[in-house]
Amino acid sequence: MSMNTRIINIASNTFREAVRDRVLYNLIAFALLLTGAAIFVGQISIDIERLVVVNLGLTAVSLFGVIIAIFIGIGLVSKEIEKRTLYTVLSRPVRRWEFIVGKFFGLAGTLVVNTFFMAIGVFGALLYVAHKFTRPDALILVALYFIILEFLIICSLALLFSSFSSPLLSAVFAFSLFVIGSFADDLRGFAGLTHGFMRWVATGAAYLVPNFSTLNVISAVAHQHSLGGQLILQNTLYALFYTAMALSGAVLIFERRNLK
Amino acid sequence: MTARRRTTIVASAWLVISLTASVFLLRHIDRLRPQATIDDALYVSSPKMVKRGSLGFDGLMACIYWTRTVQYFGHRHYNREQSYNQLAPLLEITTTLDPQLIPAYQFGASFLAPQPPNGAGEPARAIQLMEFGIAHNPNDWKLYYDLGFVYYTELKDYKRAAEVFDKGSRVPGAHPFMKILAAQMAEHAGDFATARLLWSATFETSHETNIRQNALEHLRAITVDEDVSQLQAAVTRFGERTGRLPASMSELVGAEHLVGIPSDPDGDPYKLTPEGRIQLEKPEDFPFATKGLPPGYKPSALPRFHTKL
Repeated sequence: MSMNTRIINIASNTFREAVRDRVLYNLIAFALLLTGAAIFVGQISIDIERLVVVNLGLTAVSLFGVIIAIFIGIGLVSKEIEKRTLYTVLSRPVRRWEFIVGKFFGLAGTLVVNTFFMAIGVFGALLYVAHKFTRPDALILVALYFIILEFLIICSLALLFSSFSSPLLSAVFAFSLFVIGSFADDLRGFAGLTHGFMRWVATGAAYLVPNFSTLNVISAVAHQHSLGGQLILQNTLYALFYTAMALSGAVLIFERRNLK
Repeated sequence: MTARRRTTIVASAWLVISLTASVFLLRHIDRLRPQATIDDALYVSSPKMVKRGSLGFDGLMACIYWTRTVQYFGHRHYNREQSYNQLAPLLEITTTLDPQLIPAYQFGASFLAPQPPNGAGEPARAIQLMEFGIAHNPNDWKLYYDLGFVYYTELKDYKRAAEVFDKGSRVPGAHPFMKILAAQMAEHAGDFATARLLWSATFETSHETNIRQNALEHLRAITVDEDVSQLQAAVTRFGERTGRLPASMSELVGAEHLVGIPSDPDGDPYKLTPEGRIQLEKPEDFPFATKGLPPGYKPSALPRFHTKL
């Protein structure tokens, strides 16, 4: 069995397990939320029906995904240890890093599928309130793509924490990093106000935490502002490098972890 | 009956009873709570704090605050409240969260500047809001219109209004009436035609129901003010010609060759008092009219918009 096949097998098992855990049930809550919102804003004229649907839809996609990424991600390693299935997997010709990478792709795949169905819901609600699609609506796809990039970072961070910590602490760490990452721009501004050694520390911290604000284009898309190709390219590279960094950290820790 | 079935029936019954009881109690509790306190509660009044607390989802938060602003105004207006203390902070939070939310600025121009009970009576904050909007959306001519509107309607600063309309008329894509308004401000600021042009523009450029209804009420009031001014002039001319006041509206109509008994926009005929004053039949239906009101008339509270769109 080749390396790629082993990773794909672990990923597909992770995906199947997430489906069995009824993760995709969140789509029902999402559908109810968007249907309700679309009917509600359609009835009260506050001049921003489209804006509400786009903002609410994309925010819900993002938040639902972040919650899934954190709560599934933190249990990916610890659950396997607890159920002792990890030993069965590792007793076969599967390297530890392949296990981590496979788990990552499995969770990322779950979130991509989840986002795909949610995207259908967002466009459905938009069609209900606006009665037609316009060219700038295609920008919603860019926002959804950035949200998926955000999920990749969070998945990798959840796995990183899961590789050395308990599920509860991993959830706290991952959620804290999500909150701090949302303030990354403020953190950089704060760093600019300090001097000397503190400036180095604050600047370092500002660059170390994931910058989620750069991936958040929901408001811009809701106002139909165009997004440059450079932004899409650089955000993609940023998310991929950050994910690779966190996954590398997870692999390094997990390789050295005493599983006895 | 099996034990399992019995449990199912009892649990289902308790579920329905408990749900009904909780809804019933909540409705009673709502009546006990002081409504004004609930309405006026703005737990975080700093726009920057709200923006930070939104964790980057400021677009959705802006929509929520905007909905809350419209509800706050609508609720107080419906209940004939005399003050709108939270209107300015709500609009400031909304626009800080989403500086591109243009309807919020239009709402501010219409309801933040006018004196109570027609608005919050805060023209300085309305101007501040508009200037914030222009700084963030310099290519939106409607914001210049809204700023000029506040200078014209509330501050009667026609010179400043003319400057703002002129500046707005130079924004690419600006509506041609901006140039006309700038010119009108310079020469005919106090004319009914200018006021009508302004309120018609507000009516046509806004989609927000409250703003459109407000504009419509002002347009109706302008019609009344213009009618009453013309009829009052006719009474004066009649007096100058005959040396006495007309005995009735019919006599005035005949002497001035008017077409029928003149009536207000609702179709109620104007009244001619024995003192020679032209008066509205139902002044409470025209909250913004400044002429045709009985001497010492004061509306008891802000009437609801009665014109349905």
